[in-house]
Amino acid sequence: MLFGALFSSYILIRTGSEQWPMGRTILNIPLATLNTVILITSSVTMVMAWASLKMNQFGKFKLFQTLTILLALGFMVVKAFEYGGKLHHYEVTLVEGSEAADKAGALKITGHIDHATAGNGGAITSWIRSRDDLHDGKISFVADPPAGSHEHPAAIELAAEDMERLTFFGPHRDTFFAVYFTLTGLHGIHVLGGIVVLLYFLLPGSRMWRTDPERFTGRIECTGLYWHFVDLVWIFLFPTLYLL
Amino acid sequence: MSDHPPPAPAEAAVMPHGAEEVRAHLKIYLAVFFALGVLTAITVGIAYLDLPSKNLAIAAAMVIALVKGSLVALYFMHLIKEARVIYWSLALCVVFFAALMALPVLTSMEHL
Repeated sequence: MLFGALFSSYILIRTGSEQWPMGRTILNIPLATLNTVILITSSVTMVMAWASLKMNQFGKFKLFQTLTILLALGFMVVKAFEYGGKLHHYEVTLVEGSEAADKAGALKITGHIDHATAGNGGAITSWIRSRDDLHDGKISFVADPPAGSHEHPAAIELAAEDMERLTFFGPHRDTFFAVYFTLTGLHGIHVLGGIVVLLYFLLPGSRMWRTDPERFTGRIECTGLYWHFVDLVWIFLFPTLYLL
Repeated sequence: MSDHPPPAPAEAAVMPHGAEEVRAHLKIYLAVFFALGVLTAITVGIAYLDLPSKNLAIAAAMVIALVKGSLVALYFMHLIKEARVIYWSLALCVVFFAALMALPVLTSMEHL
């Protein structure tokens, strides 16, 4: 229901917008593909955990349940790298007619802030919110490599007066990123919730296996239904946000 | 009263009642895993093909996602062994979900 409403809102926003960026031009496809494989694998280990209980193999259940938790944690680690990349990636809108704009040959450039000369400029803990955050009122900016190349151009120095807007690729940047962070963030919270439940049934909750194995197997089946649903949502999120 | 009625033949064929049935299903789970992996590779591959039509690309990605989602629901979530009444109630959900997805597209026709 929740994801259905959000998917519908996404379609409404996308069909109503004048232009929409291709997800794969600004998002990290290899990381997202890796996460897809991780989540699919965790669905298999989850169903194997349940099947092990059905076959009366409690040791194997523990193994597969542990693997599922590790894969879920792996998903979150990859997600953290993906989010980190976005939060360190900046777009600068240069002042029209400024020297910097002439040099750059464009009004908008994307890249990252060179830590060495920008104080703590690039770190997540010190987002640049105002001119006062800039070291000496300047940043050293390394633009993204041009299309078809992997080599970054040399760093350029930008003064506060040269910049009209400096923003990282966070949810506030534009509608696409607002949608991206809302949907993937909500999905990530579901993964975290799943990890808590999986851990509970691996450790204290597994005592029930000795007293009421049938009921415990039922509980693992229900946990599995939730976990497979988390996988199911990602199966749709992946192409809609990242590939199309 | 304590005797349970035997399951219907069609249901018994796919329902993992005991250890033996579950053991027989392990191969199916692995086959589904393999299929999901291959479909993921295809969907990423298609995205990089830059299909000439945007609608075609969306249709291809959504059909693959639907197949993948169905595999997860049918085999991992054991939907394939469920009773008919579950199918009908789920079908109703699918209809409403589709309507919810179509609503924004239909309302944007005024721009044509």
